[in-house]
Amino acid sequence: MSEVPSMDEATSAAQGASSLVIDIRGATKVFNPGKSNQVEALGEIDLSVGPGEFITLIGPSGCGKSTLLRLVASLIPPSAGTVQVNGKPAEQARLDRDYGMAFQTAGLFDWRSVTKNIELPLELMGWSRGARRRRVAEMLEMVKLSEFANHHPSELSGGMQQRVAIARALSFSPSLLLMDEPFGALDEMTREHMQDELLRIWEETETTVVFVTHSIPEAVYLSTRAIVMSPRPGGIASIIDVDLGDRNASTRDDPAFFTKVTEVRTALRKVEE
Amino acid sequence: MNALKGFSAPIVTGVVLLGLWEGVLALLDPKGFVLPAPSEIVGALIDNWDAVFQGARITGFVAVSGLIAGIILGILAALLVTRFRTANETITPLAVAVNAIPIIALAPIFNNWFGLTSPRSNQAIVVALVFFPIFINTTRGLSQVDRSQIELMESYAASRSRITREVRIPNAMPFFFTALKLAASLAVIAAIVAEYFGGRQDALGPMITQSAGLTRYDDAWAAVLAGTAIGAVLYFAVIVLERVAMPWNSLVRNPK
Repeated sequence: MSEVPSMDEATSAAQGASSLVIDIRGATKVFNPGKSNQVEALGEIDLSVGPGEFITLIGPSGCGKSTLLRLVASLIPPSAGTVQVNGKPAEQARLDRDYGMAFQTAGLFDWRSVTKNIELPLELMGWSRGARRRRVAEMLEMVKLSEFANHHPSELSGGMQQRVAIARALSFSPSLLLMDEPFGALDEMTREHMQDELLRIWEETETTVVFVTHSIPEAVYLSTRAIVMSPRPGGIASIIDVDLGDRNASTRDDPAFFTKVTEVRTALRKVEE
Repeated sequence: MNALKGFSAPIVTGVVLLGLWEGVLALLDPKGFVLPAPSEIVGALIDNWDAVFQGARITGFVAVSGLIAGIILGILAALLVTRFRTANETITPLAVAVNAIPIIALAPIFNNWFGLTSPRSNQAIVVALVFFPIFINTTRGLSQVDRSQIELMESYAASRSRITREVRIPNAMPFFFTALKLAASLAVIAAIVAEYFGGRQDALGPMITQSAGLTRYDDAWAAVLAGTAIGAVLYFAVIVLERVAMPWNSLVRNPK
């Protein structure tokens, strides 16, 4: 090997680093290791996610899907293996604020108005007041809540609160959006509406999304790849590619949609056995 | 008019009750030392205005200074124990246990420590009594935070002190004010009862015991009335402070 890498090697190395948004290799997670309440939450996980993908993690309770999401977010460290985000350790990606996050409970701060909730990450990043206000106005327009800018979260419906949480997660234009059952507490109609909103935002912003869900139709409707997970210890049972193209009201009645729903359901049944 | 809306019913009820009290006593005419009529109490208050006002000033100072010191110590202790987990695990259960001591019963002992006629011992009783509910409730509010709100702040790589400022402290405010409403009334009770055992002799406490000892029950009631006024002023001050400090709270409790 020459001391100076050839042009080809350099580009392929750069591409190798930049072409993956998430790169998980042999990551495991054991809670309370060595204690009587030790839990092996995740077995060895290998997973790569490219830019612009919409990944859903689906599986029964205790399959470690939320744990896997938290490894990517570097909210917890892996017990073994590596988790890379944007070509760097997940910890560094968190410190660099490479991703936005949304939870099942919208997690809005009652003491902040809608505007101030969306502004929070921008404040932490030291944006000027003017820049913050401009961005919040854009985000409110995107989630169609402009007229609620000065309301407090408790005055909004559940679906509206989730839209604020999504606006907050995307306010600083992260390349990656991590969502932990964000629509789990919403009624079916609101939920389907929010799914369409999320897909629109995903297309507009070209963000990569990792989305944890319990719902099979939701996983199929939203994702480009559905990751079916198995419990005890958590692991990836199968990966199902989905390509429904542009999704709209008729997609949910499309035979191709049902075929994929059946495929995911069959995979989940195997896992439960 | 709108501001009075919530108060008109209790005010009317209060006036009717006072009227009944006055009327029943006028009809039955019991001996004055059983229960003086409202008019007699007001008369005693006017006759002894200077002494009662002076007593109220002294007792009010003991209650308010003790309340403020107890609040500050309670908040500082709560911030300290939530900052260090081991401190929380050792000190908080201990505080709950110590809180079971009937602190007011320590008044004669405190007099021994601080001097029989010093208001310091009365203040110390108020501080001790105010400290525990503030400390325990504020600690609870600082720790019982929505897990996803903490994770969210961590996902923004926010520092620990930033999380305390942005999440834990606002979250603790309703807990703190619940304790403060309790503590404000406790402070006046504690000040007067502590004064029964020592401290300055021109305070409300000694005024009540001495008047009662001389069967001057209308004077004793006048002093009680002054104590009530201090308690009421403190309580409403807390309510106002709560609304100013947490304007969002009325929305949370009464969403539109």
